[in-house]
Amino acid sequence: MSKLTLVLMSAALTACATLPPAGQSSSTTAPAPAPHSAASASRDPFVSTYKTTPSPATLIRGATVLTGTGIRIDGGDVLIVNGHIEAVGKELRAPEGANVIDAAGRWVTPGIIDIHSHLGVYPSPGLKGLSDGNELTNPVTSNVWAEHSIWPQDPGFEMALEGGVTTLEILPGSGNLIGGRSVVVKNVHATTYQAMKFPGAQQGLKMACGENPKRVYGSKGQAPSTLMGNVAGYRQAFADAQDYKRQWEKYDRDLAEYQKKNAKEGAGSDSGDKKAPPSPPKRDLKLKTLADVLKGDIRVQMHCYRGDQMATMLDVADEFGFKIVAFHHAVEAYKVADLLASKGVCAAMWADWWGFKVEAYDGIQENIAIVDAPAGSCAMLHSDSEDGIQRLNQEAAKAMSRGARAGLDIPPERAIRWLTVNPAKALGLDDRIGALEAGKNADVVIWNRNPFSVYALADEVFIDGTVAFDRAHPPRKPPSDFLLGQPNAEELP
Amino acid sequence: MNAMKAQKISFLTVVALAGAISATSVAWAQNSDRNSATADASSDVLIRGAKVYTVSGRGTLDNADVLVHSGKITAVVESGAAGRQVPTGAKVVEAKGRPLTPGVFAGLTHIGIEEISAESSTVDASIDFKSPTWDQKWRPEFDVTLAYNARSTLVPVMRIEGLTWTVLAPGAGDSIIAGQGGAVAFDGMLEPGFRAVLDGSRSLFVKLGSETEKFTGGSRAAAYMLLDQAIGETRASGLVGQDALLHAAGRTALGRYLSGGRVVFEVERATDILDVLAFSERNHIKPVISGGSEGWLVAKELARAKVPVVLNALQDLPSDFDRLSSRLDNAARLQRAGVLIAFSSGENHKAYAVRQLAGNAVAHGLPWDAALAAITANPAEIFGLGAARGRIEKGQAADLVLWDGDPLEVTSAADQVWIDGRAIEMRSRQTELRDRYLRHAKVH
Repeated sequence: MSKLTLVLMSAALTACATLPPAGQSSSTTAPAPAPHSAASASRDPFVSTYKTTPSPATLIRGATVLTGTGIRIDGGDVLIVNGHIEAVGKELRAPEGANVIDAAGRWVTPGIIDIHSHLGVYPSPGLKGLSDGNELTNPVTSNVWAEHSIWPQDPGFEMALEGGVTTLEILPGSGNLIGGRSVVVKNVHATTYQAMKFPGAQQGLKMACGENPKRVYGSKGQAPSTLMGNVAGYRQAFADAQDYKRQWEKYDRDLAEYQKKNAKEGAGSDSGDKKAPPSPPKRDLKLKTLADVLKGDIRVQMHCYRGDQMATMLDVADEFGFKIVAFHHAVEAYKVADLLASKGVCAAMWADWWGFKVEAYDGIQENIAIVDAPAGSCAMLHSDSEDGIQRLNQEAAKAMSRGARAGLDIPPERAIRWLTVNPAKALGLDDRIGALEAGKNADVVIWNRNPFSVYALADEVFIDGTVAFDRAHPPRKPPSDFLLGQPNAEELP
Repeated sequence: MNAMKAQKISFLTVVALAGAISATSVAWAQNSDRNSATADASSDVLIRGAKVYTVSGRGTLDNADVLVHSGKITAVVESGAAGRQVPTGAKVVEAKGRPLTPGVFAGLTHIGIEEISAESSTVDASIDFKSPTWDQKWRPEFDVTLAYNARSTLVPVMRIEGLTWTVLAPGAGDSIIAGQGGAVAFDGMLEPGFRAVLDGSRSLFVKLGSETEKFTGGSRAAAYMLLDQAIGETRASGLVGQDALLHAAGRTALGRYLSGGRVVFEVERATDILDVLAFSERNHIKPVISGGSEGWLVAKELARAKVPVVLNALQDLPSDFDRLSSRLDNAARLQRAGVLIAFSSGENHKAYAVRQLAGNAVAHGLPWDAALAAITANPAEIFGLGAARGRIEKGQAADLVLWDGDPLEVTSAADQVWIDGRAIEMRSRQTELRDRYLRHAKVH
């Protein structure tokens, strides 16, 4: 249980990994976009180097297709061209030279998206030297980024891939009130995390309700040690961020004015008493993250078990004018399902975890089905586990059948949304992933049977149209450097 | 996020459905007193027309009746035998072809000795006297079953999932000798913990490997040095007194296991498993391997020594350096080599994951029947209960589960569970919470 406990302390969202504007070079001589302007400071210094691999067109034919958007097509085809979904339907024609896969009797879904993972930051093996998920030195560490803790050789990535996971959000742990920035990665093997980083995906901010922060700091005799201490901590942090944001806004205004004035006077040019440009406020990496949240550039993903605490946090968010995108580990979301739906807040849940601490004591297996019920709901399944991430389809199957037994009939084409389009929305990436629709990234899983089964296995997994895993042709050597050359790690006869 | 179609199913409908499942059972589900449950005719039941997985030499009977009298299975017969009469007073349950299995083994757990894991006041699973290693006393006389609370909220949660019994295994405290445990049935009977332990199941638990080398001075090699010392003390050839590892009660307790007693070794690494086999042979111990992530590497040796393995079939990551060679087909490979296997998820509140383990083992090469046996008959056999439990056979305790589908499938659930012939009420604290909030959800 010790590893689990650590993992349970988690939560952060991916920050907006904005790429530098195309064509802008650093040698520009244009008048001083001051190096410290708010705009330049929000540019991501850790640029994604992820590249798609060119691959032949692929036609998957005759499958039961769950599009991810609530549609099921029996005997359906999915056509992939240039890494994107070209068409989904029946009797599609294969382009010249296309790889045609007969998927009769098999099922096809979008690639699975796990919105809550600690792969890489709490990797396998669980060694001290690789345990980098919780910066437990201050209750507010909005300055840290989970991506800087990722060990790309974590063998957990390839096991998750075998389970159909194509995109995952990796978050810091939940030991802090505000744990740091999360990152969205494509589940591709790479030597650097930048080569996994989902291009253009926003970052998240991991925040945490409840027992973990108050236990971690309370046990050190520091604040917070109570739930009220938690709330005071979030509010002070955002109050400081508001002030910081105002300072930068003032600076930006002063700078703009100065530049305008300078340009005007520059024409006349001989006035000797030119005023010095305004000096920028000191960059504060903690407050910068929070200010970006207030601006809507970073998506808040909040670890929160109890329904009443979710309601408290929605009020805190309203007070400061930011949005909580999703509550994670939302064991009691079923108690506030209507509130979440009316506020447009997602809930990321397990199928059947409960009881490991008091805030998890009221967990029920119908949670996801109940949260899914209201109009406007956004129920998601997450793993928070290097084991669970390998079988999210099975977890969804449990939740689906528990719903059915309770009279909430949920067909597969609806349940698959918990693993695909809903997390895509919560990541702000639903224009690119989470559905089998023309124009979307070709992240696709072919299952050997109905994926809502304990016996289901992913036969083939595509990421951006490239075969990332093929059960019939498994890699001869493990992709992870760590596993390479380990005794007996390789396939036996 | 799409709107769900209007759900017009009323709460009453659900109740009616549940009623259909166990209409016959409700009347006699109320009584939770052991005496009345075992002796009187209210525990007589005829389950008619089930697909019966006997997990015995008879295999699977596609259409059979199971008769229960006084808590025991008294007959298992193919259906359709003309003119068979329903015994007077027996409740009849029409299975309508649904699967009937023996009650499922919850694994090695803390069910009933741990309510909320993070709240130490609710956890009795292990002992830790906080003594430094050099002052350590081993306490093999520690018997965790004395803490068993049959009224734990976990018990109803587990049994409505088809789990009818567990082996209480003491957790790691501050010594590699965790103490003694044993099997209990989830009958919910109020009685002293030690009496709840099923006859013949008591076992000693020893923890080895990287997790516990801190209890042996930092090296796993020292585990055997200390074990040899303790055995020496037990056999009266070693130290007695202040510097000894054991108290008098400890010597007596350990001594009971040194002539063919069952000792469960929690161990993962292949070489460590071989060390356990050698140690056990030397000391006349009957070992059970718990964990055994790398067991497939020494499957032949395990089979030859007739040593069973209780494993987590989902263990496939190199979680630590003892488990570098974890594989999803560990169960299949062990079974093929002739090793007796049982499944345990290592979970407490999620002990019901054990069926999922079995299903995944099937997906990775284990024959379906062998997977069912690994959560029913095999664990009963391993823990000395084979004659009494784990099969649907005349004379066995009537621990039975009627399923709504494939018993190893995650989408299946138990429609009705019987323990010692008594139909248990299919409710738990979780179903209460569900029903309180479900009513509202149905309005949408």
